[in-house]
Amino acid sequence: MENVIPLNLLPLGKSARVKKLVCDGNIRRRLLDLGLISNTVIEALQKSPSGDPTAYHIRGTVIALRSEEASKILVESSQV
Amino acid sequence: MGLTVQSTGTSVLNDNFTIKKSTPDELVIALAGNPNVGKSTVFNSLTGLKQHTGNWPGKTVTNAQGRYNYNDKTFILIDLPGTYSLMANSVEEEIARDFVCFGNPDTTIVVTDATCLERNLNLVFQTLEITRNVVVCLNLMDEAKRKKIKINLKELSRSLGIPVIPTNARSNQGLNDLMDTAYKISTGTLEVNPLKVTYDEHIENAIEMIQPLVHKIINGRLDSRWVSLKLLDGDRAILNSIEKHLCINLLEDNELKRMLWQALDYLSENGIKREEFRDSIVTSIVRLAEDICRRCVIFENKQYNATDRKIDRILTSKVFGIPIMLGLLAVIFWLTITGANYPSELIAKFLFWIEDCLTSFFMWAGAPKWLHDVLVMGMYHTLAWVVSVMLPPMAIFFPLFTLLEDLGYLPRVAFNLDNFFKKACSHGKQALTMCMGFGCNAAGIIGCRIIDSPRERLIATITNNFVPCNGRFPLLITISSIFIGGVIADGAYQSLLSTLTLTAVVLIGIITTFAVSRILSKTILKGVPSSFTLELPPYRKPQIGRIIIRSIIDRTLFVLGRAVSVAAPAGIIIWLMANIQINDISLLSHCAGFLDPFARLIGLDGYILMAFILGLPANEIVIPIIIMSYMSSSTMIELDSLQALRDLLVSNGWTWLTGVCVMLFSLMHFPCGTTLWTIRKETQSIKWTLISFIVPTLTGIILCFIIANAVRLMGLV
Ligand SMILES: Nc1nc2c(ncn2[C@@H]2O[C@H](COP(=O)(O)OP(=O)(O)O)[C@@H](O)[C@H]2O)c(=O)[nH]1
Repeated sequence: MENVIPLNLLPLGKSARVKKLVCDGNIRRRLLDLGLISNTVIEALQKSPSGDPTAYHIRGTVIALRSEEASKILVESSQV
Repeated sequence: MGLTVQSTGTSVLNDNFTIKKSTPDELVIALAGNPNVGKSTVFNSLTGLKQHTGNWPGKTVTNAQGRYNYNDKTFILIDLPGTYSLMANSVEEEIARDFVCFGNPDTTIVVTDATCLERNLNLVFQTLEITRNVVVCLNLMDEAKRKKIKINLKELSRSLGIPVIPTNARSNQGLNDLMDTAYKISTGTLEVNPLKVTYDEHIENAIEMIQPLVHKIINGRLDSRWVSLKLLDGDRAILNSIEKHLCINLLEDNELKRMLWQALDYLSENGIKREEFRDSIVTSIVRLAEDICRRCVIFENKQYNATDRKIDRILTSKVFGIPIMLGLLAVIFWLTITGANYPSELIAKFLFWIEDCLTSFFMWAGAPKWLHDVLVMGMYHTLAWVVSVMLPPMAIFFPLFTLLEDLGYLPRVAFNLDNFFKKACSHGKQALTMCMGFGCNAAGIIGCRIIDSPRERLIATITNNFVPCNGRFPLLITISSIFIGGVIADGAYQSLLSTLTLTAVVLIGIITTFAVSRILSKTILKGVPSSFTLELPPYRKPQIGRIIIRSIIDRTLFVLGRAVSVAAPAGIIIWLMANIQINDISLLSHCAGFLDPFARLIGLDGYILMAFILGLPANEIVIPIIIMSYMSSSTMIELDSLQALRDLLVSNGWTWLTGVCVMLFSLMHFPCGTTLWTIRKETQSIKWTLISFIVPTLTGIILCFIIANAVRLMGLV
């Protein structure tokens, strides 16, 4: 059942749960500030016209992340 | 676009929070909150001031203060920068946190967004760790109602142990309650019993190990539990702040240092190292917020955001996103150009009619001719031009732009354009600072504070000038409508063509921004793009009436006032230069003659270049200077219509190429005096100010040179 992928590979319209943040320092803090602790549900909404960044639905708000940042968030997509 | 006297004035540029109480019993209230929750709106309503508001995160980047009276007390209200947390990850967070810690506010109001409470509680908890005296202002209640989000206020207030006041700041609902509660808490007549976050068992144990020692040293001046937590977290910034504000160096205490090491050892023995520590803290806070919201908030309509998503799918779609953006820009320009045309002429007619009256009056009073000429032909004439050329476009442009801002469109622009900024190795939020630049470049440069990385902030600062501010719009509009539009086409197509020209000019400015940003990133400001997250706030219904009043009074009149105060003395100086003769040639012509050979190289002429140089204090006066110089050296004509202006320019050798070069040079030359001064303040460096002066100027010269000579070589003019 494990199906862990980096967030940037999550297809649009799909939801997944955060498993792990694979980064540290400032980026990690920023992501934590968004409430991205483990098991947070996150949904990929849509891409910007040129394909990057992507808007995600996180805890009631819409946040755009560049693929560099999204790739550092590992999510598990089978559960949701 | 924070165009108020405060935001472009000096007051705003210092971040320290020296509060001048006029009497010792004035009470201090700090206003904290996430970005975009209506904090400035609350601030404005309470104090009657006019801080900039708008629907996008990051526009309040400075501490503003204001006063209000309630009952028998005077309150000083401090508007802190909007932040998501107080962990001091950025400058704003540090400012906000330091104020809550050391500014000794009697009460801290945390403004929260009722439609997104869970996330907002993070800041509430963090504030409660520092100070007990907190009120939650649950704002945007009308939006919550619209989205069918029900909040159990009693339960929320009970869970948090502090008062929760529902408000709708935009229509002043609930603010009285808010003031009342702040009054009661500040005067100690209302007891609070704030909830404290409980952390992981091991962390709690570690806190217990050092808290008594910290308590002894801090002696009640700060919450010792919170300071202990920060010590364990290894937060250097707070140690420095404590040393700065309380003159205590915690780590000088050997016993504390020993215990701290012991506590840290204990934590790492239990698998909690630095990163895990922070994770665990954040997790506890988030979980608690989740828990409270589960009990207090009911989403009656699970799809409450569906409409926003639909709109987003169109406005940021792959196919339509960028065309819609340019289309909107063009529509705004078109409305501005066509709408401003007629009123401009009317105002011009009226003001020049007054000029005739003034002349008659001077003759009647028997005033000397030179006095009349200096005051009427010099000062008044320039003023009349500035007013009639600037007022109507601004009165149309600003409300339209504010409308987009209020709706929440600007973050979508940033979202659409981000990839270009990434390719230019700069920050996505640069799009927002550019939008602010449309209002005023000085405001745009202050806005660059929303960018954390110093490298990217400098790039945004240096390139901000490539966005034409409203001081330059009138020139662009005038030239494009009387010249490009007028020369090439007639009638109905004219305004359409001017619109396209103007849009193209702005587009060129944007493209140049990308190009120059990239060049800077590859040369003097080498680096890779830093991480960033961009929030796309919900669309909100704008208040048309308020927008009109606000944009006309706050922005239009303010900008006009600034222009007028520069134009009046400039008018006199130009007149003097045009009329002081040396060897039978006016001073102005001497200077223009000197500049002429170089100016010709870049498609301008000496007078035009001269006007740009004299326009350093404010771009608004460039056009009036050009006109005055031409008029003083040719026979006097009545300039009461755009047609007449066109004739004047053509008779002075203008071709469409001159028009293009003037517009390009206006887009790309040194920033105005105010902007330069702001850059100096913000960067604290003469070097970067100089670079911000040179980069756009050089770009403009090179571009105009290439275009002028290419066109001439091809024999197109
Ligand atoms: N519907 C509604 N809109 C509000 C309310 N308070 C503020 N706004 C709007 O929300 C946006 C953000 O407000 P602002 O005061 O600039 O936010 P700040 O970033 O927290 O200072 C603006 O467009 C305001 O007009 C409210 O109570 N109800």
